[in-house]
Amino acid sequence: MSAISFQSVSKIYPVKKGSTGQALHALNNVKFDIQEGEFFGLLGPNGAGKTTLISILAGLTRATSGSISVLGSDVQTDFAAARRKLGVVPQELVFDPFFNVREALRFQSGYFGVKNNDAWIDELLHSLGLTDKANANMRQLSGGMKRRMLVAQALVHKPPVIVLDEPTAGVDVELRQTLWQFIAKLNKQGSTVLLTTHYLEEAEALCNRIAMLKTGNVVALADTSELLKAASSNVFRFKIDSELPKQLADKARITGRIVQFPAHDALEIETYLSAVREAGLVAEDVEIRKADLEDVFLDVMTRGHSSGVQQAMGASV
Amino acid sequence: MNGWQALFYKEVLRFWKVGFQTVAAPVLTSVLYLVIFGHVLEDKVKVYDSVSYTAFLVPGLVMMSILQNAFANSSSSLIQSKIMGNLVFLLLTPLSHWSWFVAYVGSAVIRGLAVGLGVLLATIWFAKLSLVAPVWVIVFALMGAGILGALGLIAGLWAEKFDQLAAFQSFAIMPMTFLSGVFYSIHSLSPFWQTVSHLNPFFYMIDGFRYGFFGVSDVSPWLSLGIVSAALAMVSFVSVYLLKTGYKIRS
Repeated sequence: MSAISFQSVSKIYPVKKGSTGQALHALNNVKFDIQEGEFFGLLGPNGAGKTTLISILAGLTRATSGSISVLGSDVQTDFAAARRKLGVVPQELVFDPFFNVREALRFQSGYFGVKNNDAWIDELLHSLGLTDKANANMRQLSGGMKRRMLVAQALVHKPPVIVLDEPTAGVDVELRQTLWQFIAKLNKQGSTVLLTTHYLEEAEALCNRIAMLKTGNVVALADTSELLKAASSNVFRFKIDSELPKQLADKARITGRIVQFPAHDALEIETYLSAVREAGLVAEDVEIRKADLEDVFLDVMTRGHSSGVQQAMGASV
Repeated sequence: MNGWQALFYKEVLRFWKVGFQTVAAPVLTSVLYLVIFGHVLEDKVKVYDSVSYTAFLVPGLVMMSILQNAFANSSSSLIQSKIMGNLVFLLLTPLSHWSWFVAYVGSAVIRGLAVGLGVLLATIWFAKLSLVAPVWVIVFALMGAGILGALGLIAGLWAEKFDQLAAFQSFAIMPMTFLSGVFYSIHSLSPFWQTVSHLNPFFYMIDGFRYGFFGVSDVSPWLSLGIVSAALAMVSFVSVYLLKTGYKIRS
């Protein structure tokens, strides 16, 4: 049985009364399955439909057509069973200012009908580094602590399927490591994890399989290793102090002083280097590195389907 | 704890933690009403032959506090959760619409009764109060609080901003409670305004409640019971329906 099955999910937001805009197709016929035990990454730029898809999965939003099931339970027709199997960490940093950390976790357990949950609550607090905040009011927590509290609240009922929507936004590096160690441990113990993140190196490090969304469509779906293999092999990277000529700049990915070109062979690299020299510029800190998930992501997003990625999709869908 | 019990307990604890504001403050307001109106009008207004004006006023103020605070509890809890965004913690749970209804209305009833009891204990010293039929007192207190708790639930779901809720409270709930015969018997009104008062369901809640204390009322308590029951059934139906369809909370 699939942990999560997206069956031709579409979401259309109708035109608001009085406005002249077009109906927004937030999701178009999204269909794929996530198997039990997977650590699955859902990537895409802002507005691609990731959060809409997760909202439909969580029962916060209804699909215009299609359906989603969690371990066989439909999220609409059998919502109670589906929600018991699902632990969702919402993206917004929300909290209830009336209660302290332990109270909030006890109530959350209660909503799921879980009784005498203190042992597990203690374990969650310990694993997420919140033990000494157990009796602190939610208002007194820092942003990073509130974020970890969202994770704890999502896990009080020990859900077999965990959904994390941008869980590391605003969390510092050390705490991010703690969080990932904990989630990875749960994944090893059998939980299925669905993750959306803007930190592509996190997705590359953690996810065994990845789907990419662009304007509501699945544009890539493959094992992470396949995606990386299929990507344009290498990246030629250097730093430069002045502006590149236009014909070169169009092909490059430029971040401040850092310039990166996709490179398949030595000839290509030579061509780029001589073009830089002809322009009277000096390339510093020159290196050639393996393409990473960010390169694949940008490739997919600019070209729709990259040929390599399509091959990878064909191999593993 | 079952799901609904957890939510019910959380809602009760929510207002209890700020009890000074949610229970003590409305009790003080009602005592002030009693002291001022009782002092000014005690010798000038005769409502029922056997009942002093101050004594007449006590049950009305108790019921008014029950109604207003039951409404305030469910409505403000919901709008706060919606605006703070923490309603999502409930939306992600398997709680059914019935659980939501029972928990929100149940906790509103508790808040209403807590304030009502507070007002009664604080004002009972000012007047000689009889208690002819306590069952009526309890029945009308529970049903009145239930109606306003459900109305608060509806208003809390509907409102998107605090000022919309404040408008609902100021322009619907307040006038209907003040014009329901808390401070006067409707027999003292002109026939036209008597007819208007008879259209106000709040009038029956207070009249029936008062009957429990004095054994006299403007209309038969059975008529009041019928109308109040119908009102309770109606607002309950509407609020359960809105919860079931996810009105303004699930898109």
